[in-house]
Amino acid sequence: MKIMVAIKRVIDYAVKIRVKPDKSGVVTQNVKMSMNPFCEIALEEALRMRESGLASEVVAVTMGPSQCLDTLRTGLAMGADRGIHVDSTSALHPLHVAKILMNLVQIEKPSLIILGKQAIDDDCNQTGQMVAGLLNWPQGTFASKATPSKLKNQAFAPTMWWGFPKDKSNMSQIGKKEYTHGTMKSLIDVVLDKEKEEVTVDREVDDGIETVQLKLPAVITTDLRLNQPRYATLPNIMKAKSKPIKKFTPQELNVEIKSDLEIVEVTEPPKRKAGVMVSSVDDLIDKLKNEAKVI
Amino acid sequence: MATTRMILRAIKKRPFLFPASSHSFSSSRHGSTLVVAEHDSGAVKPHSLSAVTAATSLAGNGNSSVSVLLAGSGPSLHQAASHAASSHPSVSQVLIADSEKFKSPLAEPWAKLVHLVQQQGGYSHIIAASNSFGKNIMPRAAALLDVSPITDVTGISDAQTFVRPIYAGNALCTVRYTGSNPCILTIRSTSFPVPQKSNDSKAEASISQVNLSNFDEDLNKSRYIYQTSQDDEGPDLGNARVVITGGRALKNAENFKLIENLAKKLGGAVGATRAAVDAGFVPNDLQVGQTGKIVAPELYMAFGVSGAIQHLAGMRDSKVIVAVNNDADAPIFQVADYGLVGDLFEVIPELLEKLPEKK
Repeated sequence: MKIMVAIKRVIDYAVKIRVKPDKSGVVTQNVKMSMNPFCEIALEEALRMRESGLASEVVAVTMGPSQCLDTLRTGLAMGADRGIHVDSTSALHPLHVAKILMNLVQIEKPSLIILGKQAIDDDCNQTGQMVAGLLNWPQGTFASKATPSKLKNQAFAPTMWWGFPKDKSNMSQIGKKEYTHGTMKSLIDVVLDKEKEEVTVDREVDDGIETVQLKLPAVITTDLRLNQPRYATLPNIMKAKSKPIKKFTPQELNVEIKSDLEIVEVTEPPKRKAGVMVSSVDDLIDKLKNEAKVI
Repeated sequence: MATTRMILRAIKKRPFLFPASSHSFSSSRHGSTLVVAEHDSGAVKPHSLSAVTAATSLAGNGNSSVSVLLAGSGPSLHQAASHAASSHPSVSQVLIADSEKFKSPLAEPWAKLVHLVQQQGGYSHIIAASNSFGKNIMPRAAALLDVSPITDVTGISDAQTFVRPIYAGNALCTVRYTGSNPCILTIRSTSFPVPQKSNDSKAEASISQVNLSNFDEDLNKSRYIYQTSQDDEGPDLGNARVVITGGRALKNAENFKLIENLAKKLGGAVGATRAAVDAGFVPNDLQVGQTGKIVAPELYMAFGVSGAIQHLAGMRDSKVIVAVNNDADAPIFQVADYGLVGDLFEVIPELLEKLPEKK
């Protein structure tokens, strides 16, 4: 089975962003760029599936100008087998990305597409759902897992945290397992059943965890707790240099980049009035009661 | 064996095909909005009512009408329809899709339903709340209709121009929709208050059934298995007046009882940071932040929360922010209206002791 993972190059999550004075956007010049954290998680999940023997190949796809190749190389260094770069200097909205992915699917024929649930720059949370709609594939969005912080230093323990049932009659049991808090047990969230060609996804929703079962081919978007992505090791970074990257343009994929959205302006949010420090609980209660009048 | 080039040629020859959308609606009424709503226990959910508020602010002139779409089955659906019909004077129509197919919030049947209703109604705008249901379904529906959705809208400038946060709320983007109907939006319910129940007796909106005879049966690709249920105690985090949040400094799940007790005392809801959820202190539905819940209560109290950008994204619109942290340099103090440097394990018990009883 082949897995396609879409990855996006964004401003690094730790950077304090600044709005340009002309309000046309945010400053990206000389700003650290990285792979979108949710995309890292998506790629990690695909790699673990391959390492468990459920997938044969992981193809990483990125779209944008040539600088995106950095991100693609990072993906290859993490362990993706091949890369695809869709070269475009125009602004690509989720609808364009979804259409491009849809046409790439006809070439690559993956059984699973994994994406991050949202990019931390536009915070759209749309692309996975849109490509699933275009392909008429089922979708498992905001896929999750409780990952204990101890695991942070253990990059390669997929079988421990990822056990999938060998006995298929246990499939429904997974869904009914209590989501207990305060334990270090990980909840089985994405379970791939190769023979049944289904994937069971635990999703983080407003009221807790929702379990859905999807027939392959399917689209999954990853939430934060699905896994802890591995770091690319130096030997893998070197190896990545010789992994193949195929290049396309949107035109070659028969996708017209016609935008139905226009950015009018980008501004800073209203600043909060400066606060005060209080010296004691009594002082705090007094202020909340008499000044802020919220209690 | 087909080569890439052969496949590319094949794609080029075919017109860019789409899941069937006939675009043959009867009339594209100017300024008509469809609200895709959720219901529970016979009532429209509060965040869907916020979507109704947003829909009415799109109105402006007298031409507009607001229709509310509800789906599911059973008596609670019909009760919810009555609730929707009287929820706001601008609601002129309630549409019910009565079928077992919509019992669970699966994206595949719901997106197809929205597509079908749009084909039948030709709305200029389709709105839903940007909660996990709206986020899951609306972009898929937008793809079926070949339009770019605009999600997590916090402000409506006019019928085509919207404001939405980007970069975890550190910037606001004003975007204009220049495409064809429908303009699809999801709105942040904290930015659009639930309409006040008015006692004016006015004509209730009409309630009618959606014609599902053409509804595509291809529904066995996904199956809804199970959902954990939320604790029913206390107000809903999404629209509580008071939110008390704990961070990793609480050290374990047992200590979170302090947060719960304080929330109970103030009649509020419990929130948590990502770190606290990751550490297993509380379940994920309590997470406040860029990728968790967005809240904007009257009073937000954060205990042992450092104030990472991603957390602030979820609560920066709170009216009054209080922060208690041992570390005087914690970033949270930069957004707090009232900050107290201290040990939460001493401060919370003192608060519990000294706070007036909730009336």
